Amino acid sequence: MSALVTSTERLQRLLALVPYVISRKSVGLAETAAAFGVSERELVDDLNLLWCVELRAPDPYCPIDLSYEGGEIVVSQAESMGRPLRLAVDEASALLVALRMLAEVPGLEDRSALSRLIAKLEAAAGEAASASAQVAVQVDIPEEGTEGYAAQIRAALSAGRRLHLRYYVPGRDEATERDVDPMRLHIVEGRPYLEAWCLRAEGMRLFRLDRVLSLDVLDVPSAPPAEAQPVDVEAGLFRPSPDDVPVVLELSAAGRWVAEYYPCESETDLEDGRLRVVLRTPDTGWVRRLALRLGEDGRVISPPSLVAGIREAAAAALANYVV
Amino acid sequence: MSKRKTERLLGLVVCLLSTRRYLTAEQIRDAVPGYPEQDDLFKRMFERDKEDLRELGVPLETGVNHPFDDDPGYRIRQQAYELPELRLEADEAAVLGLAARVWRRAELAGAAAGALLKLRAAGIDADPGDEHSPVPRGIEPRLGTPEPAFGPLWEAVRDRRPVTFSYRAAGRSDPQRRELEPWGVVNRHGRWYVAGWDRGRSATRVFRLGRIAGPVKFCGPPGRVAVPDGADVRELVRDWDSAPAQEHTALLRVRTGAGVGLRRHAVSVQADDTDEGWDLVTTRFGDLGWFADYAAWFGPDAVVLDPPDLREAVIRRLKGVLA
Repeated sequence: MSALVTSTERLQRLLALVPYVISRKSVGLAETAAAFGVSERELVDDLNLLWCVELRAPDPYCPIDLSYEGGEIVVSQAESMGRPLRLAVDEASALLVALRMLAEVPGLEDRSALSRLIAKLEAAAGEAASASAQVAVQVDIPEEGTEGYAAQIRAALSAGRRLHLRYYVPGRDEATERDVDPMRLHIVEGRPYLEAWCLRAEGMRLFRLDRVLSLDVLDVPSAPPAEAQPVDVEAGLFRPSPDDVPVVLELSAAGRWVAEYYPCESETDLEDGRLRVVLRTPDTGWVRRLALRLGEDGRVISPPSLVAGIREAAAAALANYVV
Repeated sequence: MSKRKTERLLGLVVCLLSTRRYLTAEQIRDAVPGYPEQDDLFKRMFERDKEDLRELGVPLETGVNHPFDDDPGYRIRQQAYELPELRLEADEAAVLGLAARVWRRAELAGAAAGALLKLRAAGIDADPGDEHSPVPRGIEPRLGTPEPAFGPLWEAVRDRRPVTFSYRAAGRSDPQRRELEPWGVVNRHGRWYVAGWDRGRSATRVFRLGRIAGPVKFCGPPGRVAVPDGADVRELVRDWDSAPAQEHTALLRVRTGAGVGLRRHAVSVQADDTDEGWDLVTTRFGDLGWFADYAAWFGPDAVVLDPPDLREAVIRRLKGVLA
């Protein structure tokens, strides 16, 4: 147990512990400790604390009786603490919002378990759930024609088959061809992604489904190598490496959206709502395109080679317009 | 964490759960060990304890046993306290486990874990194995809340409290103070939005959480916000964010083998008979500014021929780069 656990957090655990044991009749110390995310020693402390609860009036008595001999916990008396406390508004909302989001995952065939569970939780949470519904926290997931690809990927995942992808890389304006061994289908930041071992790149890659140009399930078993480890998507989709080139950009107020879309290493506010950002990238090709798109709303300050490349591209593009 | 406080709070809960009659503060002090002798110290401590329990969601009732009683008493009605009976099928329990993981590391992760703990305490085994889940293995939806404004705005929506914050609207150089009656928060395309009644503008407004600068402050007590009947925050956000209908047509010259992104959504592509190495691409667009940005992205590989105002907009961007 970390020192940061407050008295009320521990109280929450104690109130759940008694019904947890009662609903299972008897349960092992190790299993219970794992379920509550504490060590066995901390669990024994909790059990002792529960056993020691004493009320003095009108007559002194101990409302809770339990034992954990031989590593098996049994609660023989628990007064009115036999059921867990009802769900709080935050708790009910966290689950309901997540379930509603799951119900929108593209390509999900069987939604009945989801809707049954939502109905049961709404009923059990009572007022706490109605509050969450009133505040209408909902999640949109764009489908953008990805529905069919999601279904194909799921089929390939369950059949263990390799995929052939034609995949669009906007930064290089390229349609790439590659065979991949699918690992997972993610919904990250509201977008569906395929996580796969790319045989061409010999590495794990995330593919945005709305950039897939075409997809074929191959008659070849999927065989990702042992080093194909899941990508830690929570750490962020784009993790710059220290070897990447640092790019310094100055954005006007109208160009500030760049900092919302691309992860920046640093952001410094300048005068008139202007913003200076530093971002790192292994391939500056897309920054050149971004600069053309931004026009006077964004200016690359460094590296000098990129600055020169951008001016060259702009001049060449402009020459196309001279008739 | 104080063990004595946990013991006292636990005793308080058990004591109030096991009484049908309202107990006065005095009776509670006699029954629950751990309260100080001095009246003022006791009063302060008891007030704090009541607040802690209410924050946990313990339904503490205040009332009198007889109309003539002077001092109010307290009790916890078992029915209001207990999580109602809840039984889940294996497939429902499997989705429950997945739903609780959606928030991993995000703002409501703790609430989701708390809910799961209570449901486990009710005898439910979440995650009984993948084979029961209607969501195929490999699908891992995630919700992130990287915007610091999410926490306070969620609380405000939950508790129906008005808020103020400073907001940097797209393209504006200075953040402006806004006062909002929040109706709901919505995640769309991975970004969080809040919709509600803007008191300063006297109009319905949608704000992107990532553009809120600095802290979100409450500016009224709970319950002060009335969400109008039929207000659909999800729809408000969708309208705010949606791209205009693609009712314009553009004609571009695109270098053969390049402009993959432009060709992807083209209405027609044909070779340019007058100029070898180029194709004529016809495509639809909604917003002129947006499409001019997009065309500039392709630099010397794409030239807008028509309409003239689109052509001018691209030239302006390219000149802006060279300015």
